[in-house]
Amino acid sequence: MVVIAGAGMHPWGKWGKNFTEYGVHAARAALRDAGVAWADVDFVVGGETVRNGYAGYVAGSTFAQALGWNGARIATSYAACATGAQAIDTARTRIMAGLCEVALVVGADTTPKGFLAPNAGERWDDPDWLRFRLLGMTNPAYFALYARRRMDLYGATSEDFAAVKVKNARHGLENPNARFRKEATIADVLASPVVSDPLHLLDICATSDGAAAVVLVSADYAKKHGIASPVKVAAVSTVTPTFPNTVIDMPLLSTDSSALTGVPERTFKEAIGQAAYEEAGIGPEDVDVAEVYDLSTALELDWIEDLQLCKPGEAEILLRAGDTTIGGRIPVNPSGGLACFGEAVPAQAIAQVCELTWQLRGQATGRQVEGAKVGITANQGLFGHGSSVLLST
Amino acid sequence: MTATPVSPVIDGWFTTGEEPRLLASRCTRCSNVVFPPVSTAAGAAAFYCRNPACDGDEYDAVELSRRGTVWSYTDAQYQPPAPYVPATDPYQPFALAAVELPEGLVILGQVADGYGVADLAVGAEVELVVETLHTDETGERTIYRWKPVGFEARSARTSTTEEN
Repeated sequence: MVVIAGAGMHPWGKWGKNFTEYGVHAARAALRDAGVAWADVDFVVGGETVRNGYAGYVAGSTFAQALGWNGARIATSYAACATGAQAIDTARTRIMAGLCEVALVVGADTTPKGFLAPNAGERWDDPDWLRFRLLGMTNPAYFALYARRRMDLYGATSEDFAAVKVKNARHGLENPNARFRKEATIADVLASPVVSDPLHLLDICATSDGAAAVVLVSADYAKKHGIASPVKVAAVSTVTPTFPNTVIDMPLLSTDSSALTGVPERTFKEAIGQAAYEEAGIGPEDVDVAEVYDLSTALELDWIEDLQLCKPGEAEILLRAGDTTIGGRIPVNPSGGLACFGEAVPAQAIAQVCELTWQLRGQATGRQVEGAKVGITANQGLFGHGSSVLLST
Repeated sequence: MTATPVSPVIDGWFTTGEEPRLLASRCTRCSNVVFPPVSTAAGAAAFYCRNPACDGDEYDAVELSRRGTVWSYTDAQYQPPAPYVPATDPYQPFALAAVELPEGLVILGQVADGYGVADLAVGAEVELVVETLHTDETGERTIYRWKPVGFEARSARTSTTEEN
């Protein structure tokens, strides 16, 4: 059993600092929260950032050096948006194998303004380059395809999508680490310009600087050091898709063909959560709170169904009934989600785990889901990276 | 009048002429079909058949059906960043569609000139056309696009079986 001894973040924003500074801030906050000395850490995993040169590519080493070399072993993980889950899994499995006792997992990023775009240069063999060159297909355009499907298949409306933003904006108001802490109304969202129909600017998350860190320890270490009733890591799902992947994924131009084998039982996103439930022996009916990747408002609704918190096509019913609001049956994104944070890629999946740790400890001041005992995160990284972490008290 | 040279913006992805079609690669061993076609430029991994039950790495070029149904659609109200090359100044928004073909793939493309999201619905039928993407130093560069075929009623809500 692996437990979360500490969680820490650097507030999200556009601070103009080096990613290392954010990471060290979050790491020290997590160590302080855990009451664990840096000298005790024997494994460091850094979430790689692709935007900060060599130091970003070897993030594990960068953070370890910045904290002062202590001889710990290190690793660096990269799984796009799923980086944090992969990093946590790397630390967790090393602890479970008995190869280390105290692991520090850190992700930090600085991000540019506006659309995320591929690196410069001509690359006619790179789908991520070709989708812009040949089609002008941006990230929000992919989010918009999923959103439009909800409208045409399930009768979702622009007001429903806006209601997700309104809910998350309210959730994040008291979150000291959130970047955007301002109420939004349905009218605000609908009055913001349409970026890719049907999504308005306020339906789509921004990109942010930020950092998050967790300290994972073995159950023995927790006991020895008097860490009372710690939050447990019940499962980490980092599954890849199963052929054929029949839902179009950013940045690809096509799906696999279903002609040979038919459409699989579960989509990739459904399989991500299912793997976590199976690993933990915990079912969706046991979940009290969820942090899901609301790159767009509509995508939050997709995740609610993918995590089996309701049946396909019924997420709008939950939303409209207030079930996904704090105080409702199954609060989603009590942190305020990406709507209030903006995405800091290698930090974001760790930030989801930080939030659930505080929720399960009853420390989420101003946004607490009362009595939360089981929480699940969900996210998906480009190029087939699943990410779901299940935590329990 | 001098004719402007016209050429596909990328080689080997689609045929031109009156009834253009997308070109795909079909595994010679298991017959799994992939688009974009397998290309030597795309790196070694792109050669291996994606079917986990197949060791194939050789392909026949095949043409895909010209007609398919809309899986979903959107548009680009703001000019996408480079390497997108805007066709006009000022920028003109365009629509995009993901289209399911009888071969069992969903393929992304721009929507034909003159059509927007109001002309599309999930489940509606579209047909492949080839149009000018932009003009560069070599002349007009063409790309495949999806063109709505008639404007059917939004009957898509009954055809959701492919979702899961």
